[in-house]
Order: sequence, then structure tokens, then C-alpha cells
Amino acid sequence: MSRHAVADAVRTQESYLDVKGRYSGLFGWIFSVDHKRIGLLYLGSVFLFFIVGIFLGLFMRLEQLTMGETLMTANMYNRLFTLHGVIMIFFFIIPGIAGTMGNFFLPIQIGAKDVFFPRLNLLSWWLYLAGAVLALFAIFSGEGMADTGWTFYVPYSVQTGTNVTLALFAAFILGFSSILTGLNFIATVHRLRAPGMTFHRMPLFIWSLYSTAWIQVLATPVVGITLLLVILERTLGIGIFNPAMGGDPILFQHLFWIYSHPAVYLMVLPGMGIVSEIIPTFCRRIIFGYKAIAWSSVGIAGVGTLVWGHHMYVSGQSSTASIVFSFLTFFVAIPTAIKVFNWVATMYKASIKVEVPFLYALAFLFHFLIGGLTGLMNAAISVDVHVHDTYFIVGHFHYTMFGGSVFALFGALYYWGPKMWGKMYHKKSAVVALVLQLIGFNMLYLTMMYMGYQGMPRRYYDHLPQFHDAHLVATVGSWFLVTGLLMMIGTLIHSIFKGEKAPQNPWGGTTLEWQVPTPPPLENFDVVPTITSGPYNHKEEAE
Amino acid sequence: MSNHAATLVAHKHPGDVEGVKIGMWLFLFTEMLLFGGLFIAYAVYRSIYSEAFHTAAANLDVTLGAVNTIFLLTSSLTVVLGIVALQKGKQKFAVLMIWLTVLFALGFMVNKYFEWSVKIHHGIYPGSPELLASHDKGEIVFYNLYYTMTGLHGLHVIIGLVVFFVVLYFIKRRPVVTEEMPFDILKHVRGGTRLAVLSEKGDELGTVAELDDKVELVDIRLTYEPVIEKMDPRNIIKLENAGLYWHLVDVIWIFLFPLFYLIS
Repeated sequence: MSRHAVADAVRTQESYLDVKGRYSGLFGWIFSVDHKRIGLLYLGSVFLFFIVGIFLGLFMRLEQLTMGETLMTANMYNRLFTLHGVIMIFFFIIPGIAGTMGNFFLPIQIGAKDVFFPRLNLLSWWLYLAGAVLALFAIFSGEGMADTGWTFYVPYSVQTGTNVTLALFAAFILGFSSILTGLNFIATVHRLRAPGMTFHRMPLFIWSLYSTAWIQVLATPVVGITLLLVILERTLGIGIFNPAMGGDPILFQHLFWIYSHPAVYLMVLPGMGIVSEIIPTFCRRIIFGYKAIAWSSVGIAGVGTLVWGHHMYVSGQSSTASIVFSFLTFFVAIPTAIKVFNWVATMYKASIKVEVPFLYALAFLFHFLIGGLTGLMNAAISVDVHVHDTYFIVGHFHYTMFGGSVFALFGALYYWGPKMWGKMYHKKSAVVALVLQLIGFNMLYLTMMYMGYQGMPRRYYDHLPQFHDAHLVATVGSWFLVTGLLMMIGTLIHSIFKGEKAPQNPWGGTTLEWQVPTPPPLENFDVVPTITSGPYNHKEEAE
Repeated sequence: MSNHAATLVAHKHPGDVEGVKIGMWLFLFTEMLLFGGLFIAYAVYRSIYSEAFHTAAANLDVTLGAVNTIFLLTSSLTVVLGIVALQKGKQKFAVLMIWLTVLFALGFMVNKYFEWSVKIHHGIYPGSPELLASHDKGEIVFYNLYYTMTGLHGLHVIIGLVVFFVVLYFIKRRPVVTEEMPFDILKHVRGGTRLAVLSEKGDELGTVAELDDKVELVDIRLTYEPVIEKMDPRNIIKLENAGLYWHLVDVIWIFLFPLFYLIS
């Protein structure tokens, strides 16, 4: 059956937003096993945390506005950057794309009616919620939020009187939630692809989610047990990492980064998947090097599990290990560069239609280029020894994670938002928000990199006079950035409630989600489609 | 339509045993990596403190450990027998085998309880002043790892027990069957007649009020518990997955036993 026949067959069905299930109102959402509703549940919850994280970051920048104590004590600053890190990593980015866009579009893009384990899917959101409640307890009870930094390095995380145990337990529960999502996605990709949807006909977003899912399943348990060991040391005195009992604190760092480095690929791979969807759609042509992009996702996921030691060049690990880790880190740049070259090659001589999602994809490329190349600098041992624990590192990972992954998520909100809630956004305010974000982002993080290279250490609540001007620039940049972010969120909320009705295929996309009605019906497809060609076949469209 | 579809979503792939097993295996991978972190820690510390590990291991009771190994290995056998029995439809034998598995697991935990009690009685437990004062660092690490790893393993045995009870509940439960039969009235009856559902013996099980001519269609919904213990085929996959989990618990113990008890 051709794609168009499928579209005709399902056009009459009721949208998943209107379907009355067993429950109505709020319960109709929080007990729904529909992957689309769960995707929106995730979207709402991660953005709630994102906004909290934004303001924590803003307060940190305000503290640096003047020298000495501006807004808060050094101790408060420590808690703030810990909370900022924990929220942005565990509550926002890790579930940020897989939980939201992945849940919503993975089944549709492979021609399935839902994920393989729908109830497990709902459970993973509930676990996320449980982790959130625990984190709130950690902030507001007893001695208050941990002040260890999001890495929870021992021995300090064992000695501090703050609520480290609760915070760790929250992270542990979130890990469980993330594992269940990964497990579900792998099973879905293996068992529920529509007839004819071979692996090499899957959209690249699916490839990236599939690679991510393996990282979620295989790496998360390692950090789970590591955090558990710190909890055991704090509660029962089992000092596996305590030198007084023969333990080795460096082992904690190894175990921590065995997960947490692959986790950065877990954060960025789905973002790359989104960009791989947006670029061919707005270039109106088949993507250049489909297989290379697809397999480079797997390559990044694979090699990415073997590079954790580059976080530990100055920790006292053996220099042989450092050299091997350094080499492997350079190596992981290859599959990453393959993607970038292919995206650029796709745009070359294409008849590009410039829309907001495409602009975000370009912003992704620009930021990710800077983030990626500074990553190579950090991979070199000699440079890293110089810039370790400085603002250079902070700037670098914000360029990859925020400027890269999160900007891709923003692009996805404009790209897929019309499909998800059936409404178009106001284009002008979306563009203004993006411009504000770009100005603010680069003022903030480029300046941070410059300061870091000059020697400004991270996690200090104060700074020396020679850094004052740069801090001023960065803080002003953060105001632009926050304004841009809030304006974007406002634009999206406005589009949900007041936007114009979106057509079935506003961008001329060729993947399956554009063949179903807007918003999609409960089970996506009335008749499961049979796939006869690759995902970005714009020729058929032109005929 | 919509209500019907909403329930469909939740039970869509009861038949895809392969997919359910993929899910279980992925979960087992996560369990292996969870313990993997601890095995790495063990490897690191044993290479640093090989002498001390040797000395400390001598204090563990090999006999108790061996008995527990036999318990777990045998229980893996019983659970496999249970699965085969269920596949062949011999439900009673399957239930018996699951109970035997549960007994072995309980035996394992009781054994473990005595073993730990003795150690704790002698002042060997994490953070005890006696342990910290009179043993060298390598031995302290050994006992810390011993308690963490066997403790986490014990927790998995308990989880396994709970899983078996859940499976038992599903096997024992007589499935409630609901059948709907739309009944085209016009072909069969005229106004003023009364519909009734009769048992084989002719007893009235349920009646419908008198029908008039306007009625065109009657929906009959029968909800009943079948007398014959009809087995739900989904129970087999449930028990198989429980069995897989149990084998993992078993395999982890097979590594723990020599690494802690047999290295002296």
C-alpha cells in the first residue's frame, strides 16, 4: 500500500486528545498508557524542571555580577550549582528527548500502534515522578540540598551533613525510569516495525534512539550500584571507597564515569537524530550518507563507553590509562564528524525552505561545532591538565549539551509540536526568541570558555578582579538567554491554546508521522502501513 | 469504539512471547551490570590485597556456603521442571515444583541468616570497632565487599520469592471469562417473550425483562469462572521469565561462592 492510501484510510479517526478512555480529566492523562499522552506528560514534567534549572543558573550568574558576596553565601552557591546540575542532567536532559519526542514519535515513525510495553512505559513516568518527589524532600528537609556538585565525588559526599543520601536515592530511581524507557524502545524497535520497515529504512531519529536505548540499558546500572555504595557508606558505614578502611576513592570516579560519560552521548544522540530529521525535510531531498549517519550513532554509542577516563587525567589514574583514554576520545570524534559532514553535504545545493526548526538545526550545528572541537582540546592530556575544573570545561559542555542537544529539542518542539498538539506557532516571536537565545548563549558560554582558559576555576562563588569584566559580560548574556528561553516557552504555550490549526503535513515531511492525521488518532494507524522505500524519499512527493 | 480501543492498547501483544523475552533479557543485562560494578570493585581490591583476602576468606564457613550452593542449584532445577510441566499442561506438578523452589530459596535465606548472625556475633560487621581495630585494611575491604555483595544477592533472592508468589497467584487463579453474544431478536422471537439463560440442568441463571416489538438487538454478556481449570497460556511466559530471573540469581551466587569462600 502506498503512503497516500494509508493517509486516506486513517483521516477519519478521532484524535488521541479527544478520545475518552477509562478515566477523564487529569486521571485520563496520568493513568493513560497511550505513548503519545505519556510523551506529553514527560514534556510537561521535564520543562517544569527545566524552568527551575534555568532560574538556578540565573541566580548563580547574578552572584557573579559583583565581587564578594552578592546574593548568597558560598555554601548556598555550592547547593545551587549542585541542584542546577542534578536537575538539568537527571531531570531534564536524560529523559528530555527520549521521554518526550521518543515516546511520541518512535512508534509512529516505525509504523506501530504503541511501544511494546505500554504499561511499563507509564511506570517509567511514575518512577520519574517518584524521583522528583524524593528530590523535593532532599531540598526541603533536614540539612537541605547536597552541596557536593552533581558528580557526588567521595570522600566529600560521605562526609557532608547535607541530604546526599536522599538526593542519591532520587538519582537511583530516575536511573530505573531511564532503564525502563531504554528497554521498552529496544523491544519496540525489534518487534513492532511495520512490514517492510527494515533497519535501513528506519528514520535516523529511530537509529539514534535505538543506540541511546542501549546506553540507557547497559550503562545506567553501573552508576546505580555506585550511588548505592555511597548510600551504604553513609548509612551503614560500609566504606568501599573509604581509604581508612582500605577503600579507594578513585574507584568511585571510575565507576561514576563508566556511566556518566556514555550518558553525555545518551543526551546528545537523540538531538543528533532530530537534526537528521529536520535537515532533509527542509532541504527537500534525501539525506546524504544515510547509512553512515545511522551506523555512526551506533559507533558513538559503542566507542563512547570506553572513554570515561578522560574525566580523570588529574585524578591520579595511571598515565598509561590516560594515554589510552585520550586516544579513544579522539577516536570518538570520527563518527561525530561523519554526521556533521553529511548534514552539511545534504544542505549543499539543496532548495532550502527556511523555517524555525531549520534555524534551530543550524544553531545546533554552530554550537555543536564549537562544543565538539573544544572537546578535542580537552581530550589532549596536556591541554586538559591546564583547563581541568575551569570555566573552559563548563563552557565546553554547555556548548555540546545545551547549545547542541537542548537546541535540537527546541527545534523538535517547533518541528513536531504542530503534529503533537495540532496547532501552529507564531513564527515571528519564535524567531525573535531564537535570536535572543543565540546572542545570550554565546555571550555567556563563549565568555566562560575565555575566562576558563585564563584560569577562572569552576564552582567558586567569587572571582578575582581580572575576571570581573568578563563575568559582567557573561551575566548580561544570561539575561538575554533567559529572556529568549521564556519567550520561546511562551510562544509554544500560546501555540497550544491559541495557535492556528495545523495541517497534516506542514513541512512536506516524508516520514510516517506526516502520513497520519494531526493530531494522530489513538492507535496511530487504522491500517498498519507497508513500507516500500527509505525514509527521506522526496521524489515520490514531487511526482 | 474508543473505550474498546483504550483497553486494547494495554493488552496488545499477549501473543508475542519473543518480544516479552527480549524485554526480560534486557532486564537481566541491567542486573548483570549492576553486579558487574561490584565485581569490578572486587577485582581491583583483590589485586591490591590478595594476601589479606586469602586470610579473611579462611574465616568463612565453606560448609554453609556449599549447602547454600546446592540449595540454589537444585532450585534452578525445580523451576525448570515446573516450566516443562506447565508447558505440558500438568498444572498441579508445576505448582508443586514452584513451591519446592520457594522452599529452597527460604532454606537459603535461613542459612544466610545463621551465617551472618555468627559473624556479627563475633564482631565482624561493617563499621564495627572490633573489625576496624583488629584486622588490616585488606580484610576490612574483604568483609565490606562480602556483606555488600551477598547482601545485594540476598535481596535478589527475596525479590525472586515475591516473583514466584505472584506467578503462583496467576496459575492458581481461575480465569474469569467474559463472552459477548449479540443476539438478533427479530429472527427468533416476537414481542411479549422473555429471554432467560439456562444451565445444562435447566436451572435459570439469569433473565431479561419482557421484550416488546421495538427491541431489535439484545447484547448478552456472560461472565463466568470455568469449572475446568482452563490454563491461561500467558502463565507459561510468566513462569519462564521468573525462571530466567531465578537462574540469574543462581549464576551470580555461583560466582560469589568461589570468590568469597574458596580462595583461602
